[in-house]
Amino acid sequence: MDKMERLDAAAVALVRAGDRDAFRLIVERYSEMLFRLAYRITGNETDAEDVVQETFLRAYRKLDSFDGRSNVGTWLFRIATNYCLDLLDRRKAQPQVLASHPDKDESPLEERVCSEQPNPERLAYSTEMQTNIHAALQSLSNTERTAFVLRHVEGCSIEEIAVALNVRSGAARQSLFRAVEKMRKFLAPAVRPAG
Amino acid sequence: MKHLSQDDLVLHYYGEGGAGAAKHIAECSECQANYEQFSSMLSAITLPEPPPRGEDYGAEVWSKIGPKLKERTTATPWWALPHRWAAVATVAVLIAIAFLAGRYTKRLPARSPVEATNNGQLPQKVLAVALGDYLDRSEMLLVEVAHADRPEDLNLNTQRRYVSELVATNRLYRQTAQRVGDTETEALLDQLERVLLQVEHTPQSATESDVRQLRQQIESGGLLFKVRVAQVQIKSKSKSGSRAGTAQDTSAFQDQKRIL
Repeated sequence: MDKMERLDAAAVALVRAGDRDAFRLIVERYSEMLFRLAYRITGNETDAEDVVQETFLRAYRKLDSFDGRSNVGTWLFRIATNYCLDLLDRRKAQPQVLASHPDKDESPLEERVCSEQPNPERLAYSTEMQTNIHAALQSLSNTERTAFVLRHVEGCSIEEIAVALNVRSGAARQSLFRAVEKMRKFLAPAVRPAG
Repeated sequence: MKHLSQDDLVLHYYGEGGAGAAKHIAECSECQANYEQFSSMLSAITLPEPPPRGEDYGAEVWSKIGPKLKERTTATPWWALPHRWAAVATVAVLIAIAFLAGRYTKRLPARSPVEATNNGQLPQKVLAVALGDYLDRSEMLLVEVAHADRPEDLNLNTQRRYVSELVATNRLYRQTAQRVGDTETEALLDQLERVLLQVEHTPQSATESDVRQLRQQIESGGLLFKVRVAQVQIKSKSKSGSRAGTAQDTSAFQDQKRIL
């Protein structure tokens, strides 16, 4: 357990002992991380803000159920992921655009074309790719998208995804496989070989 | 030769394929080509960075949810638990000892708590309790400063002598921590001492900006929180120590080393 984890554990102990203000340390430490996660899953800034606040409120209420086997960050991550899925399922709506906006020149695709100077062909390619990524992400179910974001962006292991989604690791793995397969169908025809 | 499936390639791309997949890809040109195409596709997928949050984002979130948090209550009232009464009694006794020890050490200002304890003149637990007592007093001062908006709120002239005493006490404990190699306690007391010195040297004619600077120094390093954590740990150790019995022969240095 590193120093920050010890501080987290001490903060939890203080909150459990009745010192509500100690919860502030946890809120200040993890707010941004949760916002980034929530934004990537929901694709919506307002929803992400909502997820951050609700996650902390739920965590505070459920603090007695936190057994300390995982660290506080992992625990909050799990609560936030669950709430994101609840939010999306409740609305039964597709999240907003997750893929980079075609107008924004932030694409690593261009970096892979080995030139710093964009030309019309590369820009057209980038725009096409981003449009395809957008469409591919829209085709995923909420669970598939969440599994994909957790693996592809957040770097979570299959086991961690399973815990976050509250499913068995086999189910988490299948969600990831389905997500990648759908992405491949949309993107493979448009992808240029690297190099 | 059985080729790798797409699922195998997915796992390999994300570093969960195992050594077998890596070996196969290295040896099989068909799977190697598939994997290259596959990894080109996956590495092309980027999601936009979330809109940046300000440095105070955590504080903003806290300001929104803080008022919504209800005071936590335990299922059984604390006073209904017999062991709590034992703990309260123990703490009361220790505080009484600490009070007496504090009076005693004041008559020997040249001697550090380390020296006094080394000579066996203070009970082993006194140092722990005395440090806890000192942190209690420091916390009260920090809270007062942290909530001050104007110089008048602090009444610096009246506080100065009290703060000077805290600085001197802090220095003794910090030196003790340094000698016993308790780096965490030393770091905490070092941080605390710097704030106390700043309070001590803030003139009565201080401006609101000076007071704000003091507040920021306390808040930016999470000093108040760290002090509270240390208090909890000391109390926890005291409780466990009282349950296990206090007649241990280990030195007070070693005991204090375990406090934080």
